[in-house]
Amino acid sequence: MSARDEILAGIRRSLGVKGNETIRRQIVQDRLERAPKGVVPARGQVSGEERIALFRTMAESSLATVTEVGTPAEVPQSIALFLRDHNLPATLRMGGDPRLKAMPWSETALEISQGPSEGQDLNAVSHAFGGVAETGTLAMISGPENPSTLNFLPDNHIIVVSAKDIASDYESVWSRVRFAFGKGGMPRTVNWITGPSRSGDIEQTLLLGAHGPRRLHVIVVRE
Amino acid sequence: MTVHTTSPQFKQNAARALHDPQLQKALNNVKQGFIDKRQAAADKLPEFEALRDSARDIKNHTLEHLDLYLEAYEQKVKASGGHVHFARNADEAREIILSICREAGARTVTKGKSMISEEIGINHYLEANGIKPVETDLGEYIIQLRNELPSHIIAPAVHLNATQVEQDFRRVHTHLDAKRDLSEPVQLLTEARAVLRERFLAADVGITGANFLVAETGTSIIVTNEGNGDLTQILPRTHIVLASIEKLVPTLEDASQLLRVLARSATGQEMSVYTTFSTGPRRSGDADGPENYHVVLIDNGRSAMLGTSFEEMLRCIRCGACMNHCPVYHAVGGHAYGWVYPGPMGAVLTPSLIGVDKAGHLPNASTFCGRCESVCPVRIPLPKLMRHWREREFERHLTPASVRSGLSLWSFFAKRPALYRLATRAAMATLGFAGRRRGRFSWLPLAKGWTKHRDFPAPQGETFQARWQRERKGGTA
Amino acid sequence: MSVLASSRSGKPRVGLFVTCLVDLMRPSVGFAAVKLLEDAGCTVEAPVQTCCGQPAYNSGDRGTTRDLAMRIIETFQEFDYVVSPSGSCAGMIRKHYPELFEEDPNWRAKASALAAKTFELTSFLVDVLGVTQVDATYHGAVTYHDSCSGLRELGVRTQPRLLLSSVRGLTLVEMNDSDVCCGFGGTFAVKYSDISGSIVDAKARNVEAAGAPTLLAGDLGCLMNMAGKLSRGGKPVQVRHVAEVLANMTDEPAIGLPREAALKQDQP
Repeated sequence: MSARDEILAGIRRSLGVKGNETIRRQIVQDRLERAPKGVVPARGQVSGEERIALFRTMAESSLATVTEVGTPAEVPQSIALFLRDHNLPATLRMGGDPRLKAMPWSETALEISQGPSEGQDLNAVSHAFGGVAETGTLAMISGPENPSTLNFLPDNHIIVVSAKDIASDYESVWSRVRFAFGKGGMPRTVNWITGPSRSGDIEQTLLLGAHGPRRLHVIVVRE
Repeated sequence: MTVHTTSPQFKQNAARALHDPQLQKALNNVKQGFIDKRQAAADKLPEFEALRDSARDIKNHTLEHLDLYLEAYEQKVKASGGHVHFARNADEAREIILSICREAGARTVTKGKSMISEEIGINHYLEANGIKPVETDLGEYIIQLRNELPSHIIAPAVHLNATQVEQDFRRVHTHLDAKRDLSEPVQLLTEARAVLRERFLAADVGITGANFLVAETGTSIIVTNEGNGDLTQILPRTHIVLASIEKLVPTLEDASQLLRVLARSATGQEMSVYTTFSTGPRRSGDADGPENYHVVLIDNGRSAMLGTSFEEMLRCIRCGACMNHCPVYHAVGGHAYGWVYPGPMGAVLTPSLIGVDKAGHLPNASTFCGRCESVCPVRIPLPKLMRHWREREFERHLTPASVRSGLSLWSFFAKRPALYRLATRAAMATLGFAGRRRGRFSWLPLAKGWTKHRDFPAPQGETFQARWQRERKGGTA
Repeated sequence: MSVLASSRSGKPRVGLFVTCLVDLMRPSVGFAAVKLLEDAGCTVEAPVQTCCGQPAYNSGDRGTTRDLAMRIIETFQEFDYVVSPSGSCAGMIRKHYPELFEEDPNWRAKASALAAKTFELTSFLVDVLGVTQVDATYHGAVTYHDSCSGLRELGVRTQPRLLLSSVRGLTLVEMNDSDVCCGFGGTFAVKYSDISGSIVDAKARNVEAAGAPTLLAGDLGCLMNMAGKLSRGGKPVQVRHVAEVLANMTDEPAIGLPREAALKQDQP
């Protein structure tokens, strides 16, 4: 008997499962189909301005910085300003996300490069799939538009998120993922990001920038 | 058994720990940090207790249907282009991992923090076969340099102070300027970041654990604060996920319920910094990500726990809250427990995995104060399960002879009230008389363990039942 | 105080489960409990009794535990309530007796019935009888240790504090980590004495840092452990069971203090 079959048989033996499993299979099938939500905290169940404000408060409490702009066209200037304010070089790496590509980068002096990171980039920008107000979390989806390496290798990570994509809770993000990728389908990677990288491994002292970005800057686009 | 255990020497380990001033200083960080932060996070979320119930129910439901969820998960992983391997035990798991590494032509392997990888002792095995494993979680990296086991399941190096880490970095990072300043923790972090960045970029294979596996989508989930787990899995060409079979949950919604209690219970964060959901290898058009995605599902004793009183232990989501709140862990630290899993969860799990004959001390070394159970996010009745181990030991005559004989002497009297009253009346009169001047004893025969550390207060002399009979004419007797 | 339906006298009939330690070491705690219960309008009886079985239970000896539990059940089932000046022993009956007889429906029913009417002293006074104040005086500051079983198995936390707040002359000073184990743990204190010693050392430091000259708690095991550590360390803290203060019965020397000295002091 293969290890697989032996383990599964061992489980069935321990659980006392015998013969007809129609009911058990039905229970499992139902659960996978229905995906019940369970307890969803009331905290995130707000809308409009209140939801954006909650997202901002929670993201800031995770030590991200947050700024808001009116339109996508204002993003490049906002990023240029952020980099200048922090004495960072005017360079920026990004993927092929059409929303980012459509922004007027030429209005700034930023030196833009495209593609995944190989570890030498100081600054990168990605576009979020969505945000979660409950905890100030950003949901990122892998792909040529927003390569995953950009989320982790640069020292300074800037994430652009549309205000309309900021949801109350994680469950709302999952229903959008299902809509985009089909029930039971997933992109290769979904990253939930809540604040910049950190470690408490040395004497339980919180230090930022362990392996991932030292800074996480979020730009909320209102329009 | 896979990793050498010193659990049978628990008492000696504990004595050494109690007399280690460096360790005692470091353990203060556990007492101070985690507890208040967890409480604050719980207080901020009115639904926290309801979420604990929900988390418990999800795990129970999954365990009751584990075979079916494993099949569903396997199917989904394959559909997304990944490979699933089953390993009955540590030996099989190590062989599978080695053969994947060989196939990938691996020379170096980066690793995210994974307790199951400690359990199967993969690092030494890979090394013995010419492959260099590099731990990338800062704490794990530090203890790897010291050739130690983690002393805590989420803070592996919690037993160390910054000066000890500095010494290790100077010893190992010999390519760096010997005169560099490493006096601040942030300098240690910066150095580790630079050293490990090169390792990340050079690795051929990345090995991570999994906090959860999702049957609905064939997804593995890892949770980190550093981002090391992500760099481990997206940079090398091959990603191997190691997970024990009880990590399954049905759906993304179920995973979200558990994630809501995990970080809050562990570090008091609302959510960990990076929660990563990985499904299969890189897709066509992707600019990064692993080309090969393997999952090694490891049983190593779990399936035998199902259907027993220890099944509840399989709910554990490895948050570490039980040890953070344990007075015994606070006193002796994690290494005293002598194997991979310390604290209350280790005291229940270790006997299941390496045998109660070896780990028998662990479930006994508890005051049953119940603080672990009171904070467990999946409501595992840890004291009850420790007591179950004590019952097994008693049945198998593994309980020490001194305890057994003391107990049977006591129960002999306790079952004979008249004799009990006579004997205790005489004994207390004697003790009371002997102790009347000082009010306490600093030494008593048969109570050396007690009087080594504290006085034994003298009894008042007459027993309650004697005086009650005298004053109240015997009550109902 | 609420009036409870009960026996012929119309008063609730309480069986006092005095506990081994109070019986043997400090009977005055038992008499303090009797006074508190009688003052609150109960009829109190103390039937001949031995041990609830907890030492055997926690040592893995279920057989002996069941034997002892059956005796306790038969001795106490006739009472309206069973009250004990110990969260640990009351917790044993209330939480663990029903578990002991999981496979024996007849005894499980009896165990559950007893469990349902068994209470720790202060929670019985406050939660069942509705007592909010006692007639007692105690001069000075006290600090209170929450014993584990009472706190986490029975939810005893506010009840003793509420009653203490009514004691004339008494101020309660909270210590750090009052809810953390003192390291007693029954046989643990002897089997793992070094670890127990380290835990009670931390507790003694918290007691001392609170600065109150008196330490109170609701379980004699914890009290003896803490008193023994404090006296070993030369700390002049008076250690007493909370019932002694609530019953205004503090003539007996504190735990671990000499009897003869106290006798002399009492003589004018």
